[in-house]
Amino acid sequence: MLVIPKPPEILTETFPETVMTTLLQIHEPGETPALHEGEHDLAVGIDLGTTNSAVAISHDGRPEILPGEDGSFLVPSVAAYSEDTKALPLVGELARRALLEEPESVVSSIKRLMGRKAEDIKSLAGTLPFEPAVGQDGDEEGGMVRLKVRGRTLTPVEISADILRALKMRAETTLDHAVDRAVVTVPAYFDDAARTATRDAARLAGLEVLRLVNEPTAAALAYGLDKNAEGVFAVYDLGGGTFDVSLLRMEKGIFQVLATGGDAALGGDDFDHAIAEYFLAQRTEGNSSHALTRTEVKTALMSARLAKECLSSAQDGEWVIDTDGATTHHRLDRETYESLIVSFVERTTDICRHVIEDAGLAPEDVSGVVLVGGSTRVPLVRARVAELFGREPLADIDPDAVVALGAAIQAEALTIGSDSLLLDVTPLSLGIETMGKITEKVISRNTPIPVSKTQEFTTYQDGQTAMIIHVVQGEREMVSQNRSLARFELHGIPPMTAGAARVLVTFIIDADGLLTVSAREQTTGLEQHVEVKPSYGIREEDMARMLRESMEHAKSDMSERLLAEAQVDGERMLVALGAAFSADGDLCAEAERDHINRVVTHLRDAIAGADRDTIYARIAELDKVSCAFAERRMDRGIRKALEGKQVSELTEDDLSSGAGAGEDKKGDDIATAR
Amino acid sequence: MMDKAAKKLPSETSNGNGATNAMLPSDTVPSQPGAVEPMMPARVNACWSCRGPVMAGDLFCSTCEAVQPSRPLDPFARLDLEPGFEIPSEELDRHYFDLQRKLHPDRFATKTSRERAISIALTADINTAYETLQDPVKRAITLLEMQGMTIHADGCNTMSDPVLLMEAMEQREALAEAKSLDAVEGIATVAGGEKANCLAELADAFGKNDLSTADRLTTRLKYLIKFEDELRTARARHSQAP
Repeated sequence: MLVIPKPPEILTETFPETVMTTLLQIHEPGETPALHEGEHDLAVGIDLGTTNSAVAISHDGRPEILPGEDGSFLVPSVAAYSEDTKALPLVGELARRALLEEPESVVSSIKRLMGRKAEDIKSLAGTLPFEPAVGQDGDEEGGMVRLKVRGRTLTPVEISADILRALKMRAETTLDHAVDRAVVTVPAYFDDAARTATRDAARLAGLEVLRLVNEPTAAALAYGLDKNAEGVFAVYDLGGGTFDVSLLRMEKGIFQVLATGGDAALGGDDFDHAIAEYFLAQRTEGNSSHALTRTEVKTALMSARLAKECLSSAQDGEWVIDTDGATTHHRLDRETYESLIVSFVERTTDICRHVIEDAGLAPEDVSGVVLVGGSTRVPLVRARVAELFGREPLADIDPDAVVALGAAIQAEALTIGSDSLLLDVTPLSLGIETMGKITEKVISRNTPIPVSKTQEFTTYQDGQTAMIIHVVQGEREMVSQNRSLARFELHGIPPMTAGAARVLVTFIIDADGLLTVSAREQTTGLEQHVEVKPSYGIREEDMARMLRESMEHAKSDMSERLLAEAQVDGERMLVALGAAFSADGDLCAEAERDHINRVVTHLRDAIAGADRDTIYARIAELDKVSCAFAERRMDRGIRKALEGKQVSELTEDDLSSGAGAGEDKKGDDIATAR
Repeated sequence: MMDKAAKKLPSETSNGNGATNAMLPSDTVPSQPGAVEPMMPARVNACWSCRGPVMAGDLFCSTCEAVQPSRPLDPFARLDLEPGFEIPSEELDRHYFDLQRKLHPDRFATKTSRERAISIALTADINTAYETLQDPVKRAITLLEMQGMTIHADGCNTMSDPVLLMEAMEQREALAEAKSLDAVEGIATVAGGEKANCLAELADAFGKNDLSTADRLTTRLKYLIKFEDELRTARARHSQAP
């Protein structure tokens, strides 16, 4: 059981937000700010896939994939580690080729393990192309999976970070410019653990995640903007290891997700495994004592992948497995192949049916189906999707590139501005454990995000002074069948009779789909407030250590982000004060104004410098010296409101609104809840 | 006109950010049902950023353009709509999208952490209001509560209506006895017609401000919508059967 620790001070300050910035102007809401040359770091879009990844950038709404030096668009999501534990791994095509020669040093399909606990992968044993480490310190309850590779013990987060670092370097080489910020895509059906793991991986690679965007949503953005599509569209996204389907309404630049569903462990890899098993069964036929070697399995998987790709166009073919001193030949025709994979394909169409129903629609309401992900090249997949929706699916954008292109558009929208807007939903229900290990749903799946819900709970025993709050994600009724996200204790409940305490638990899911939970006991007015960001195996102190150890940004990462945050706060103060002078400058005598202006200059100097403490000291000073001016502005504002507006002109809001003090308190609460 | 004082609506108290009764400013305690709207001067708040005056209800400070914190509002006011049972879905969507365009966290990605936090809270409240108004049962309950009716914790007054109770029992029995998909579809058609009628009657009752009828019809609507779930299950059962 976990008592919720207060995270170390530096860490709560370092990573309070997923967004950081150096943009210093303030604009009209909705207005598109102009980018000044050189002022900005570039922001890219990254599709971190199970099999392949891609990085793209967008200028003026036109996204393009950033190719490698060899002109390739895709980077295989494969990392090969060498003997030298200090050296960065080889990532991409070269690593993929090393898969055959030295399988023990190569990791592929790591995305399947993102956010998974050690005990989760027991069910996957044998289906993974790598060996999980056992008996490691990460094996305690809730511990993250660790892999043993060439004398290293690596988490999926670290391996993904290595892939992301290679993508970042590719972008920097192609653009000849530093790249520090990215929109990273995740499967829509990723749970909170996998999302957090992805964000942590990016952080480790020296990338600030502007936003996690769901893959089908990113694809819809790229597709919709390119084709001017309007209406309800289904995005069917079958990748190497994940399946998502989202229904979106596209209308005048708004991309509203109506419902989403999927399976975070279903993809083209499963097709490969089915074929490989078929081949290996043939290979060992009549020799049941033959124990398969690791090389044999990896070779069979490689042949299976080739067979799968080949059978997308050919009707049949023959493949050879030549390893460990034995050569075997394997024929496979389209019909047999399809019988091997049909159950996987039917799982995807069943999920599609549920999602359509969740959206309150029928298949005929869908005006187009967009195919995303390399596995949608499989003819059986296309045929079944066409059958379900009663129309030929659209595949006129490269299904391997469309997600990265959408991510790039969103990166541009977040940093530069945009007329389009993504409105996404949470894919899985969130709940809390109640008596009898039953899940009490607090937020249902397909709720638009951001979302914030508060539920009241109480004690069940007389004199109970503490309460365990166990947060789970999933659709099942029993707690044990859902994903456990966080467990924390709320202490200091005053002893009362059972049921008298009032504990309010608030769940907030932000625009990244990430969860924060907070609780307060408020019977006595003596409010207790705890909050928790669920964490999965990677403890914050481990994260800090990894960040320290990663070579490129040993010192810069934390301090630069804190500085940037301080600069934005300082600029906000200057803008606000400037606006106040334009509006009510006459309320400020010259001497007072001169005094304020001196402090303004100090603040401006501090912002230009590199010390965040100085910036905050100057902000506080400016706040103090302009206080009297602000009070005079308030007095004038209230007087004007009383004189200028007749009661008949007042809007209903004027009459019903609360006092400023009460609202301020609320605002502060929100700020700390982050 | 409807009493607009901030009440402890389920939809509002169930959204977070500490927007609970205890957090409400003391002068927004619900007034008595049917109370005459009080004559009050316009309210002016202090902007958190420039500390100058902001008219209550303004989303942005007119002086320094800083986004203003969320405040307790009923779902209609939140989406800038007149309270009423009949809201064309296009109109609801238009108001919702307009607000999201201005306030979504994506619009604040490069702003201060305070502005980003405010944006999350505002759009979370807007999303909750949107969900409430999209759902006819929640919409009806909100309207009833705004007029001082007490609604039971499970979201509806208990089935005290013997006619409805009888109807429900008969419908469920018929569904349980349905032998084929066609039979289920037949029951679904009848239930669909009843739901449409119920919605029309409910709109009529709210139009006439006949709250006790509206209350009764809301219970009926809730049952009919729940019955749709049972129809779905029955349909799935029959279409899977060989």
